[in-house]
Parts: sequence; C-alpha cells; structure tokens
Amino acid sequence: MLEKEYYDKTDEIIAAHGRTQADLIPIIQEIQEAYRYLPPELLTYVAKELSIPESQAYSVATFYENFSFEPKGKFLIKVCDGTACHVRKSIPILETLYKELGLSKDKQTTDDMLFTLETVSCLGACGLAPVLTVNDKVYPAMTPEKAIEMINELRGA
Amino acid sequence: MGVMTINNRKVEFTDEQNVLTVIRNAGIDIPTFCYHSELSTHGACRLCVVEDDKGKVFASCSERPRDGMVIFTNTRKLRHHRRMIIELLLAAHCRDCTTCSPNGICELQKLAKRLGVQEVRFDNYKETVPLDFSSPSVVRDPNKCILCGDCVRMCHEVQGVGILGFAQRGSKLQITTPFNRDLGATDCVGCGQCRIVCPTGALTVKRNVDEVWAALEDPNTRVVAQIAPAVRVAVGEYFGLPDGANALGQLVAAMRDMGFDAVYDTDLGADLTVIEESAELVERLTSGENLPLFTSCCPAWVKFCETRYPEFRKHISTCRSPQQMFGAVIKEEARLKAEEDGRKTVMVSVMPCTAKKAEISRPEHFTDGEQDVDFVLTTSEIAEMIKTTGLDLKNVTPEALDMPFGMSSGAGAIFGTTGGVTEAVLRYVTNSIKPEQMEEIKFSGVRGNDAVKEATVNLGGREVKIAIVHGLANAAALLEKMKAGEKVYDFVEVMTCRHGCVNGGGQPAPTQDNPQIKLARQKGLYNYDSGSQIKVSSQNPIALSLYDGILKDKVHKLLHNGH
Repeated sequence: MLEKEYYDKTDEIIAAHGRTQADLIPIIQEIQEAYRYLPPELLTYVAKELSIPESQAYSVATFYENFSFEPKGKFLIKVCDGTACHVRKSIPILETLYKELGLSKDKQTTDDMLFTLETVSCLGACGLAPVLTVNDKVYPAMTPEKAIEMINELRGA
Repeated sequence: MGVMTINNRKVEFTDEQNVLTVIRNAGIDIPTFCYHSELSTHGACRLCVVEDDKGKVFASCSERPRDGMVIFTNTRKLRHHRRMIIELLLAAHCRDCTTCSPNGICELQKLAKRLGVQEVRFDNYKETVPLDFSSPSVVRDPNKCILCGDCVRMCHEVQGVGILGFAQRGSKLQITTPFNRDLGATDCVGCGQCRIVCPTGALTVKRNVDEVWAALEDPNTRVVAQIAPAVRVAVGEYFGLPDGANALGQLVAAMRDMGFDAVYDTDLGADLTVIEESAELVERLTSGENLPLFTSCCPAWVKFCETRYPEFRKHISTCRSPQQMFGAVIKEEARLKAEEDGRKTVMVSVMPCTAKKAEISRPEHFTDGEQDVDFVLTTSEIAEMIKTTGLDLKNVTPEALDMPFGMSSGAGAIFGTTGGVTEAVLRYVTNSIKPEQMEEIKFSGVRGNDAVKEATVNLGGREVKIAIVHGLANAAALLEKMKAGEKVYDFVEVMTCRHGCVNGGGQPAPTQDNPQIKLARQKGLYNYDSGSQIKVSSQNPIALSLYDGILKDKVHKLLHNGH
C-alpha cells in the first residue's frame, strides 16, 4: 500500500478523465507523469476503479515500452540508437554515459535517483544525429565529450 | 444462405459464423489451436488457413462464408504454412513430451504428427522459467505455452474472473497473471477451465496421485473414497467407453482392486445437501431474510462471491458442499468407532473438479482439528491410476458400491449438471414422489443449457422465483442485475463451469473432434437418475438414518458452515 496522497491524486486524475476502458491509457500516462513512473499499486487501483480486469490493465501497461513500474531518476536521458544516430556514432556516447554514471543495460537508474539512462530506437530527429534527450529537452549533434559536459551541468543544476 | 466450393465439392451453408465452421460441417477437420466455438475468435494460430481460387491465403476462422466462395483446404502452400507454424512453435517449446502430463492427448503433439512435422531446424532461444505450483488446483508451466490465448479468453469471457492475461509484446509476449504473481496469490477460483482449453501442458491439473498411492500402501490407514456424480459419466472416455456411459460399477471395481478399503457415493452427500438446503430455503422464505438463497455446492463460485461480490456473501447457503458433508460424516463415524484395528481413516474424493482441491483445505472444513477430506483426485487422475494398475474399465466386471454410504438417490446424481441441484431441491420441498409430479418439475424450466434459466414454483401458496445460472461471467451479469433491482429471486443455483460439473476442470478435456461430449455426459446423468430406484432425497433411508445416528445433535457442526 502506498500513502494516501497517491490514491487521492489518482482519484483526481480519474475524475478528470472518466471511467471507461478508453480512459485507461491517458490516466496511467498522467500518473506516470506525476511520479516519473507508474507505481504498480496504482495500476491495480485504476483497474479496479475502471472495472477493468487487473490482468488487462497489466497487459496494456506492459505492452507499451513507455510505462515503467520502476521509479526513474530526476533526469531521464534517452540516447537515440536509430539507424542515422547509430552510423553517426551514438554507441560511444552511450558507453561514455554508462561509464560516467556507473550504469549498464541492466541497471538504468543511479542510486541517488538523479539519472536514468535508456536507449530509444528513433526520436524522429535524424537530421540532428547523433541526438539524445533529457526529459523533454533535445541535445543535438552529440559527442562523448559534450555528453560529459552535459552531465556535469545537470549535476550542478 | 448459400453454396461454396470446398476442395471442388459444393457445400451448402446457412448461418454459420465463419468459413471454418462450414469446412468442419463438411467433414473436414481443419486444424486449430485458438479456435473454440464458445470463445471469441482470436485468429492467432493461423493453422486454419485456406487458399482461394486466386491463390490468396486467409484464416478461415475469421472470414464470413460468402455465396460462390471457392476454397481449398489442402494445397501445397497450405501444408507448407502449417508445418512451418508447428515447427516454429516446437522450436520455442519445452519438448519433454515423455514426462509431460498431457502426453498422448496434447494438441500440439497430435498436430505435429498429423501434419507430418519430422524435424525442428531451429534452436530454442527462450529462457526457461520456473513452474508455478502455488495453486492447489492448477499448475502453470509457461515453458509449454504457445500463446494461443484460449485460457485468457476462457478466464475473461466465460468465467469473468480475468486472472490470466497477455503481458509484454513481440518475442517477449507471455501469458501470465498481473505482475507475475503466483496463481495461488490471486483471486483465481481454481475452476480449471483454462486447463480444459489449453492445447498443451502449459496448464494442467495439480496432481495428488502420489499422496493417494502412499496412503493406499500404508498399512496404518483405512482409505475411504467418495465418487462424485459427474465422474461416472466421464471416466469411461479414457477407456473407449461410449460417450456419457455410466461407468460407476467398473470404477468401483477398479478402485477396490487398487486397495481402497471402501468406495462410497458423493450422491449421499448431495442428498444431505438437499435436505439441509431445502430446510434453509423454507426457513428463509418464512423469515424473509437473506433472500435469495444462493447454492453453496460449488467452491469456485463461493470464492468468486467472496472476492468479487462480498455484499452477497450472506446469501450463500450455510450448507457445506456434498463433498464436505460426506467427508465430515465419514470422519465422524471413524472417530466414534475409533477403528478396532487402530487404523487412521483417510478420505479421498474423486471429483470432476479442480476447485474441490482448494475447498478441502479451507479452515471451516476441519472438524476437531482433523481435515474432513484429505485428498481430491480429479477424473483425469483416477483414470491415470487405473491405467497404472493395468486395468481397463472396458473389461472390468462392475461391482456395487459399499454400504451403507453407497446408498443414494437419482436426485443426488443430477447435482452434476446445471439445474440439477434445483431439480433435486424442488422434488424434495414439493414432496414430489409420483412420476407425474416429477415430470412437472422436469419441464418447469430447470433443464437445458441456456445461460440463465428461470422457473417459478408454487410452494405452500407462495410463488417462489428461481434462477439457475452456469458460467461465472453469466453469474456476474445476473448479480449485477440483482444489484440494480432488475431481477428478484428467492433461490439461485450457481455452477461455475458451463453445463455444470460434467464439464468441470478435472474432467477429460474435450478434444477438438468432440466438443459436444459434455452434452452426452449430461444425458448420462439424467439417464442414471431415470434408472435409479430412489429419486427424492427424502426417500434415501441411509440419509434419514444418519439424522438419528451420527448426525444427532451435530447437524450444524458437521453439515453447515458459519457463513
């Protein structure tokens, strides 16, 4: 069980959307936006409130890569590894970031909950390759050096 | 309405929902994994593909029949497709066939053979995951899942329970519970219908065969069995007996041979249930409290009501199920007699049901600290045990049940079909002993397989409104209507499985070639009733004598729960 505030907030979000099956995705998106992840307890709660079998809600939440049951860091870094970024050397950027942050493919969030590092298949900004985003900010034409600089700035921020 | 050409043969069709049904009606057994007429069309397995005259290949399960359609079901292209599908499924499948529980009846195995798949050219890259033994009813082995989704649709659409679902996607797609919880930690009611439709060994009955063998071999135990009604009309299927044939005599003989010390009939428990539940109905009709009265024989329904509709909890009859009444009586008798030879009594029940395996360990089913029923064997398990002994029910000379607890009525036997509990209760409360009275009840609307059956019966000048429902999704829909005040009843019979216990989760899985077998089993029970000497529970002398003997001053302790 989470603290009561979580459920109150969820009630608010549900009230703003509605209680049909079609409201499930917008509701859990908004929950994820509020907490930077989707607490499993809240998915169960939403399913019950919307009268959707929990298994079906779980099915939806696991189908989309976007939903995460794990808490994410304050800064969500998405390194693009689409074709264009890949050929323009996105992997060295990723490896530099892994090393700098002490992360790996299996451990994506730093212990201080400051950074989460993920790869995405394409950000749709191939002209800016190699590109990455931090939360909603786009960092174009990256290099390993610029990536370290960026991390240092974020740490100070 | 129209005519289509299947393999150069003209075939007429009327209102069939899809091409697949037309093909099957034409006598061609087109292979499928994911098609079940009682479930929605999924279209995932692609085995039912056909080719039209232009060379287009499509799935026949999800195509409507059209007049003038020209299709072929067995072309080079189709054979290639089907073999490839099976080969790919096998590539990602645990292939320990020899030690797999559905070995010999597995649909995947059967189709691999039928379609001539001789080798698997691809390596298995799927990670092996642990089996889930947490449920007392069903074992889940995800390594054997072919993702046909039959269990998912059964769990959602027919049972309204919705525990199993798809998770992840693409090559990571799996069928699991929410958050991969152990099945035993969910609201799963244990009905086992998922296992009935599962074409492989991904969902199987939790076996208790070895515990029972151990008890049979133990010189310090006296092993007593009770056999539920629906078992007798299904167990013969494993031995090539005609569909719906009553094999009780042969089963009794085989079980004695195995070493059971006494073999009795759960029907006697059902007679006690009729007597107790009828009294409860009359009592509630008089007081007007907690109406409607819901039946309590089905443990999966009881769990469903407790977890999903707790507001209806107090409506459930306080009567124990026939299995538990019988177990409590047998154990009490054993305690009173204190066994001259000092042996401990072990109660084994043979049931068509996987949920019964969970029912026995509920806390209310212990009397003075002793479990009333020790083990539940499903029809499939008792058949396995008989096969182990080398006996064949076809050649076994039938034997009679042991007395006194082998004495029962036809009313107890029809507990195994939807409407049967109601019919038995009606015979009792209206004291219908004459054949014409019995006919009247038979045609009052209690028989048949409609989702919800309704009947009105006059009881001492009061019109008693009855509903009979089977399939938990149907039950949930009815409960919603009752909540909204749209429907008002006095008595509601609920059975979790469609058609009743004859189609229980522990029964032989109906194979693709005989989906209607449950109707034959149902008919078998009604025939059993017609042929029985006693047809009303009040006429069962043993049931009545119990009230002056073992049950004296203990009716509540042994036959009721404190619901």
